[in-house]
Amino acid sequence: MAHSYTPGLKVLHESRVKKERILPLKGEVVVKENDSVNPEDIVARTHLPGSVQMVNVGNILNIDPADVKDVMTVEIGAQIPEGAMIAETKGLFGLFKSNCCTPVDCRLESISSITGQVVLRESPIPVEVDAYVRGKVAKVIPEEGVVIQTYAVFIQGIFGIGGESRGELVVLSANREEELTAEMIKPEHAGKVIVGGSFISLAAYKKALSLNVAGVVVGGFNYFDLEEILGYTLGVAITGSEDLVTSLVLTEGYGEIRMGHRTFDLLKQHHGKFTSINGATQIRAGVIRPEIVIPLDPEDLKGDVHAVAINEGIQPGSLVRVIRAPYFGRIGNVVALPPELQKMESETMVRVAEINIDDKVMVIPRANLEMVETD
Amino acid sequence: MVGKQLKTILATDCGSTTTKAILIELTDQGYRLKTRGEAPTTVEAPFEDVTKGVLNAIMEVEELSGLKILDGDTIIHPMRDDNTGVDVYVSTSSAGGGLQMMVAGVVKSMSGESAERAALGAGSIVMDVLASNDGRLPHQKIERIRQLRPDMILLSGGVDGGTVSHVVELAEILAAANPKPRLGQNYKLPVIYAGNIKAQESIKATLGEITDLDMIENIRPVLEIENLGPARDKIHDLFMEHVMAQAPGYKKLMGWTDAPIMPTPGAVGSLIEMVAKKENMSVVGVDIGGATTDIFSVFEGQFNRTVSANLGMSYSICNVLAEATLKNVLRWVPIDIDEGELTNRIGNKMIRPTTVPQSLEELIIEQAIAREALRLSFIQHKSFAVSLKGVQQERTISDAFDQSGSGETLVNMMELDLLVGSGGVLSHAPRREQAMRMMIDAFVPEGITQLAVDSIFMMPQLGVMANIDNDDLAESARKAAVEVFENDCLIRLGTCLAPVGKAKPGSLLLSAEFDLPETGKKTVELFQGDILIIPAPFASIKAILTPSKNMDIGKGKGEVLETEVFGGTVGLILDGRGRPFELSTDKSMRIASLNKWSRATNEYPDTALIGGV
Repeated sequence: MAHSYTPGLKVLHESRVKKERILPLKGEVVVKENDSVNPEDIVARTHLPGSVQMVNVGNILNIDPADVKDVMTVEIGAQIPEGAMIAETKGLFGLFKSNCCTPVDCRLESISSITGQVVLRESPIPVEVDAYVRGKVAKVIPEEGVVIQTYAVFIQGIFGIGGESRGELVVLSANREEELTAEMIKPEHAGKVIVGGSFISLAAYKKALSLNVAGVVVGGFNYFDLEEILGYTLGVAITGSEDLVTSLVLTEGYGEIRMGHRTFDLLKQHHGKFTSINGATQIRAGVIRPEIVIPLDPEDLKGDVHAVAINEGIQPGSLVRVIRAPYFGRIGNVVALPPELQKMESETMVRVAEINIDDKVMVIPRANLEMVETD
Repeated sequence: MVGKQLKTILATDCGSTTTKAILIELTDQGYRLKTRGEAPTTVEAPFEDVTKGVLNAIMEVEELSGLKILDGDTIIHPMRDDNTGVDVYVSTSSAGGGLQMMVAGVVKSMSGESAERAALGAGSIVMDVLASNDGRLPHQKIERIRQLRPDMILLSGGVDGGTVSHVVELAEILAAANPKPRLGQNYKLPVIYAGNIKAQESIKATLGEITDLDMIENIRPVLEIENLGPARDKIHDLFMEHVMAQAPGYKKLMGWTDAPIMPTPGAVGSLIEMVAKKENMSVVGVDIGGATTDIFSVFEGQFNRTVSANLGMSYSICNVLAEATLKNVLRWVPIDIDEGELTNRIGNKMIRPTTVPQSLEELIIEQAIAREALRLSFIQHKSFAVSLKGVQQERTISDAFDQSGSGETLVNMMELDLLVGSGGVLSHAPRREQAMRMMIDAFVPEGITQLAVDSIFMMPQLGVMANIDNDDLAESARKAAVEVFENDCLIRLGTCLAPVGKAKPGSLLLSAEFDLPETGKKTVELFQGDILIIPAPFASIKAILTPSKNMDIGKGKGEVLETEVFGGTVGLILDGRGRPFELSTDKSMRIASLNKWSRATNEYPDTALIGGV
């Protein structure tokens, strides 16, 4: 049977989700295997080395770099409070001494006899990693972090901004075609994850920001409005580190595009549940897509867990979505996968798929299709 | 011939997404490309072994060529008596993000720039250039080094015998940052010191313990001389020893190859350098990818390479829009289009980078963006490919009115002989005319310039073949690289003839007479604002070119030039749009001009169908 590898986004009603929670540097893991954790629980912590200040004692005291060692009043490794003296010249007959003080609380790390510089290291910076999702500690990686496992609804978006966030899921749009407007967003949505249909305007998203909404999940947003939110033009799709109270997850793309019905229905079904979302996106090798994780209560589990192994490829019958103009956003079933190259209107020769969309068979490049992966 | 005569050569290029294999055979017509195969690269999870992708690509070659190359998971080489296997196997790699370096020099525009040139020439991506005078405070530099986590660092500074304190200060900053390598936690970061030899002992004392330090000759021993060779060689060695050895599966791959694995851009650059040297010509090569655009040039015998890290056609397409501005992208679009709709479409290409243009409108938009990506990359290249800065110029009285200083760009468009394009948007453009037009519009060649595209992007593999060091194999492999480059790699598009000078609209710029191989003599007149195309095959064509009084076609204003030009798949394009070339700021006039040029060059099927004028 004809068969073609096509990427797809996951929309899974019940899935075993594993999340690695790893420290940037080695440190201490504070939970044990099989511990139950809530999203805000700290699971590991460490200290990043402090910032470095370099002070050119030779220049400040107007002495030869080779003599700097002799005038230092503190030893290497010593802890020094802000403003304390670190070097002093002998002066003339004990008079007219000049000295040099540290600008910060620090530890003396090294002294150079070639440049006259001393290196001062500030206090270490504490870093903590939380659990992000409700679940169990499936694995402890000593000194590095943990793997949290949960059974959950798992939905991938196509693009997002803002990092990890969480809150109660509130579906505001009546259907997947309906825009999420500013009027729908109210003060009581503070700290919640709100869901719209096809689109959110800049004004509506700004209102969500001002009301401290935890997150917005919606079909589309205008690319050119991102600049006003981010303060710069987004050149490459690498996001997640933006300092935004309201993370944004787009399920379809840029522009007004109705949300996939499966995605919308699934979100609606779990209205009111506690949800973790992450807008972080990286579209490069090692792709990261934004995600929505809705941990399921034991009574919700049906046991038909979908293994997250995909990419069996599309075959006749597969449900696919078109991801490029002129049929962008349309969903249909694969009718055939002819092996020979075909000429498009652009005269590009490509491998194609014949897709039945609303009872009309259309010829679309296979590269412009996305598997709608459901369970 | 010295050494062994090779009959079959297998070469692979492990790219970040695709691994490409080519098979070259010695035939009656010399070395020729037999076939090629490709497969997804397997550096990342779930495979995490680059050799799997290599074997898959080779399997495709096996199927297409009928030659048995693999014995299980082993490449048979040298060739066996039963005619299975190949004589030589070589590879390049840019998988896993390629080689990422940070360079440091005392003065940003002198040793800093030389270090950057050495790193770029070796095929690396330069993440940042640290310099004593870069305006950043020491703690800011330290923060930056920590953030970036390069694969290796090249440190230079000071002429031999000069002051040592500045370069040691840089070393102290590196030591304070104590950077960790990007790949592999269990080895020390390689640092190459290529500065003042007098400072070597102090550098060793500062960095010897915490890094894997190598000392080589000074990159700038005196101000007037740049000595890049030893630094480039050392970068290649360390790339193999450290970076590659850490990447998944590479230890195995290194055991298979008959020559060291080269970084992909390093191999392309060395091939372009070799061709320029052999033909004694000035060459510009460009590779426009999804994330980056690489430009290589050889002018006055000097090789330069630049990487525009965020100018590309998929992953970085929105950055092209950001840097070029929407207005500049739109000026190439011969149709009226809603601006908001256009930016959303470009954004959607960024987040779904593997899609292809199905409609003509989508193709036109992509090719408009490509023009801007190429144009911006070339501006960056021109500002980097310069003569050495800080060098005292000896002047005579005759130079009094032509006071060009040090640091002038080496790129002289009138001197450019050959422009080679590669990368999907150029190599796979549905019509070759489109590739030629994109390159002419973006690079704006002057006088007489040949244009070509790389048919299937095999320059990396040919580059590594040309660099085999083994005496027994070197001569034959180099010959194969040159012959395949000439016969199978390059698709000759033709020649662009563009008179330089300002003229009134509609005025005569050039009269030209060509002695065409099949149709005989042809005389044409080129007027301001027009483009003409003359179909002509790739063969030597005698031409008499008579520019108008204020126009220059290569010999000076109004001077007649008798020369030979070469046609190609497209032919001869006479570009009368003026140099400098400016598009009308009036929208309807611009769209009318774009459509006129498009029809004249047979660029698109018929833009009138989608709203063109």
